[in-house]
Amino acid sequence: MQYWDKKKECMEKAEIEQLQLERLQATLNRVYKNVSHYRQLFRQIDFLPEDLNNLDIFSGLPLTTRQDLMDNYPYGMFAVPLREVVRILAPAMTLDKPMVTGFTTNDLNKWAELMARNLTAVGVGRDDVLQIALNFGMLTGPFGVQLGAERIGASVIPVSGANPLGQLKIMRDFRTSALVSTPTFGMQLVHAMESAGVESKSLSLKFGVFGSEPWSQEMRNQIEESLRIMAMDAYGFAEVFGPGLAWECPEKNGLHVAEDHFYPEIIDPVTLKLQPPGTEGELVITTLTNEAFPLVRFRTGDITSLHHPVCACGRTHSRIARISKRSDDVIVMRGIHVIPEQIGLVLERISSGVPNYQLIVERKDYQDQLTVMIEISDRFFFDEMKKQRGLVERLHRELSEFLGWEITVKLVEPGTFHQSGKVVDKRQI
Amino acid sequence: MLRLVNVNSYYNLVHVLRNLSLHVNEGEIVTLIGANGAGKSTTLRSVSGLHQVREGNIYFKGTDITNKPTEQLVKLGIAYVPEGRQLFRPMTVFDNLELGGYQAYKIYGKKQLKVNMDSMFELFPILKERQKQYAGTLSGGEQQMLAIAMALMAKPQFLLLDEPSMGLAPLIVREIFRVISELKNETGLTVLLVEQNANAALKIADRGYVMETGKIILEQDAASLLKNQEVKRAYLGKDKRGIWE
Repeated sequence: MQYWDKKKECMEKAEIEQLQLERLQATLNRVYKNVSHYRQLFRQIDFLPEDLNNLDIFSGLPLTTRQDLMDNYPYGMFAVPLREVVRILAPAMTLDKPMVTGFTTNDLNKWAELMARNLTAVGVGRDDVLQIALNFGMLTGPFGVQLGAERIGASVIPVSGANPLGQLKIMRDFRTSALVSTPTFGMQLVHAMESAGVESKSLSLKFGVFGSEPWSQEMRNQIEESLRIMAMDAYGFAEVFGPGLAWECPEKNGLHVAEDHFYPEIIDPVTLKLQPPGTEGELVITTLTNEAFPLVRFRTGDITSLHHPVCACGRTHSRIARISKRSDDVIVMRGIHVIPEQIGLVLERISSGVPNYQLIVERKDYQDQLTVMIEISDRFFFDEMKKQRGLVERLHRELSEFLGWEITVKLVEPGTFHQSGKVVDKRQI
Repeated sequence: MLRLVNVNSYYNLVHVLRNLSLHVNEGEIVTLIGANGAGKSTTLRSVSGLHQVREGNIYFKGTDITNKPTEQLVKLGIAYVPEGRQLFRPMTVFDNLELGGYQAYKIYGKKQLKVNMDSMFELFPILKERQKQYAGTLSGGEQQMLAIAMALMAKPQFLLLDEPSMGLAPLIVREIFRVISELKNETGLTVLLVEQNANAALKIADRGYVMETGKIILEQDAASLLKNQEVKRAYLGKDKRGIWE
């Protein structure tokens, strides 16, 4: 078993607890001092961070939601002055309030260390050639993967998340041994190999790290068999910076959360009560060492469960189960979060009023497709064919631009929605 | 090796340490930096049993040593070098060192005392030269060396050091810090170091805690703290306090 930082990855549970308490106290003291959002929040409930002396008090603190981040857009949640921030990542630029996260020099350094732990756990070493098939600019993840791989000393080939055939060529010619991508891209690659008649024998691929999308065990088996690799899951979300939060070890028995840098909790998404270990619920993350962008009890919206027993790989950090569900309507596809309300905002802009709409997610040809179904109403109906077509085209164009990829728009008659709710996920993960 | 969990200390009604938690692993030099009045010295005094802890616990090698009398802590292998070189000034250097070795003498006898003394003279050759002089007549740097040597005479496993660089010339500060890191590397001594001179302390330390008004606001490895802009600005005297751009 290989470790990047054995001392930290295998530290005693008691040591982790002590470190977490210290860092939680320090983080709360710091956000109280530097982030006005948290200062106000704590004052409202009459809480002084210095009073925190056990974790029960901590789990009674208010949660941070994505709405809080949006309300404090752009710089409100930063805990250091801008001059100390060396990198700002704001993926999904088309949203009116994009997700933002900032890094100090130390934050970047820490991210590199965490990703190095992640990649080492997978098996990547300094002799490996690592191909990053993720969209730089749309996602924060690839930057972290690059930092971590370079920290290990592996050779990194950053490419985009598209053009599987072209990437296949790079993969073969440069003898890529590790691939980092979304699982759907992995499937597209398998498909491209079949259609181009490339055999997995001709590739040097050994490891695959897949993330930023939910994927089933079945899909994993298929990727592993077709590409003859070990396919591992990695988890993170853009608000804490991306991957490097939790990852799978070769035991493939849950994802280890880097507990010396993050404090994970599981809550009931409805009652918001803390759940005992092993119970399914929504993951809540507190950053312990983030300098620029600390988060206290941030609701991820991802449904999982937390397991404390020490893993067979020797790592003592607790594990979360692989994530396939969400507690809200947010759709995780193509590596980003699609929030239905934001689609509604775009529709509102076009038609001055939110129509009744539903989002359908399907997996077709190894790619996730989004269909926006809009109920016909007076605002969306014209007698003239030309005008009607123009409207549909405009909807299609604006929504595609907003998300950054092609979507399908369908106008349907009122009462055709079979299921209630804004989102129908047909991917069967 | 040392673990503080939610320690609260008061000076009468003044709440000085507010739920302070920190730890020092074996063989580590950990430094506690912060402005005047942050509670750094109080932390050391609380650990060494000189100041009462009202709430919270202090563990040394797993045993609870909260509010244990200081003389018992010395037996456990904890030595404390207080701020401002508190020596027996009208006594000679030799006598001061002997007093420091009182515990070693009681347990291991005279022979061990001699061995300890010799190793101190090896560590600080200047003290050998000055052994007949009265402690009060030594220079500031020599007095600080003597204070550290006195503590080391008890052959501690854990050393609490309070502001060893106070009022000393930079050259002597460097010498003292060199000795501390040498002790750590050669004998595996564990050190909790309180310092105003954050720059010098962070250079020899493995990890550091930043204290502000009785609370810890940052815990990081020393190399990261040296790079932390906030620490640089507030404690290392670099970079002016900026406004938000």
